[in-house]
Amino acid sequence: MNKVLRTPLSEAEIRDLRVGETIYVTGELFTARDEAHRVLLDAAHGGERLPFRPQDLALFHCGPVVESRDGVWRVTSAGPTTSARMEMFEADFLDTYSTRLVIGKGGMGKKTLEALGRVGAVYTHFTGGAGALAARAIRRVPAVYWLEELGMPEAVWILEVEAFGPLTVTMDSHGGSLHEVVAARVEANLTAIRAEMSREA
Amino acid sequence: MKYGDLGEALFEAVKQAATELPDDVVAALERARDAEDPVGRVQLEAILQNVEIARREGAAMCQDTGIQTFVVFVGSEFAHLGVLREAIVDAVRRATAAVPLRPNTVDPFTGRNPGDNTGRFVPYIVWEIEKGNECRIHLLPKGGGSENCCALRMLPPGAGLAGVERFVIDHVAACEGKPCPPGVIGVGIGGGADLALKLAKLSLLRPLGERHSEPAAARMEERLLQRINETGVGPMGLGGRTTALDVHVEFAHRHPASLPVGIVYQCWADRRKVVRVDAAGRVEVS
Repeated sequence: MNKVLRTPLSEAEIRDLRVGETIYVTGELFTARDEAHRVLLDAAHGGERLPFRPQDLALFHCGPVVESRDGVWRVTSAGPTTSARMEMFEADFLDTYSTRLVIGKGGMGKKTLEALGRVGAVYTHFTGGAGALAARAIRRVPAVYWLEELGMPEAVWILEVEAFGPLTVTMDSHGGSLHEVVAARVEANLTAIRAEMSREA
Repeated sequence: MKYGDLGEALFEAVKQAATELPDDVVAALERARDAEDPVGRVQLEAILQNVEIARREGAAMCQDTGIQTFVVFVGSEFAHLGVLREAIVDAVRRATAAVPLRPNTVDPFTGRNPGDNTGRFVPYIVWEIEKGNECRIHLLPKGGGSENCCALRMLPPGAGLAGVERFVIDHVAACEGKPCPPGVIGVGIGGGADLALKLAKLSLLRPLGERHSEPAAARMEERLLQRINETGVGPMGLGGRTTALDVHVEFAHRHPASLPVGIVYQCWADRRKVVRVDAAGRVEVS
């Protein structure tokens, strides 16, 4: 059976998750790339009220391809974008909004990992390029914010999803990071490969 | 129809390249999935499901539909040589609207995107003029994430072929999950800086599993494939047995003072199509 979590997510169910687990999410996501992070943080620091509650939704690093048919938005492709670019915003973002679930690709750095632990949140990895698979799990687009100002890929899209995934937990709220584990293992493997190549030379 | 059967075939090829992953790539991804550890297996299963949905729905398999790249092997007596460039550009424009493809051509100075995947020098066309009156047009649309992981190193010749292999292995490991592995690694050796990269890209036209006809190059392909997979980067960089589905090497004679090595990294979405026109004008897309 696939593990399906529903938004809004509780701190307890997120603290239960460990690196290496695969989950699916049902409920609502909001997309935010570089510019949207900046806009949402500026709003918080300026004391503005947001049109939605980021703490209740999952955050998706994604610039979707969306088309409008008879005034209804439809997502045709929604693969994840590289999360590392958001490292400069994410710890502040998590501390500000307590978003419990981040979806992206490629993993994030130390500052985000520490914030995940403080807030009780996880970072999950969605398969790079799998835009058609992601789009199929999106049932509806209830709203879009800052579309005029930021344009289609950078706008904040609210996406109603059903069994969105697979999402692999690669950074958990207990300091675990699969990205760090893999990087160390690859370094050790490279050392062994180099030694073998020198012996052959 | 403008440009007749040829125009129609080019349009179909651009469309199919974006929506249908070649059978040899699908088979390699399936083999990788069956051999993979749990975390990597989840990634490969998601890729294969995604590929199936794209094929069934005629949708782009990845939101990055790439820069449209063509390699044309054309006979100097080919009847449509004069209109070939226009026919290719027209096919790209039509497919961009019809599939749709993401508009991926940005003017570096103005930031303007014409919105139809055309622009200065793009679609990018490599011309190889041959004898005869036939034509073979290869399509290789390539995404930005993997293209950003291409590399060139001008090695001192004293580094030798071992130095070449070490550079390739280190580079692929350093890219981690960024180019969306498991992919295909094209390696160009010799020539000059530009030729090494060109040969690396042209090597990607070869089907997966096909070795170089020169035994020494074929053996290097085998060694590199094994060692790249021993690094453990794995699908999407999350660790595992398969980092590369294949490695293709191509080479040219080099200057005595130079040992250029070009690496062209292709992501799992190794999209390829071929349009063939024979002497009688019969057109085939495969």
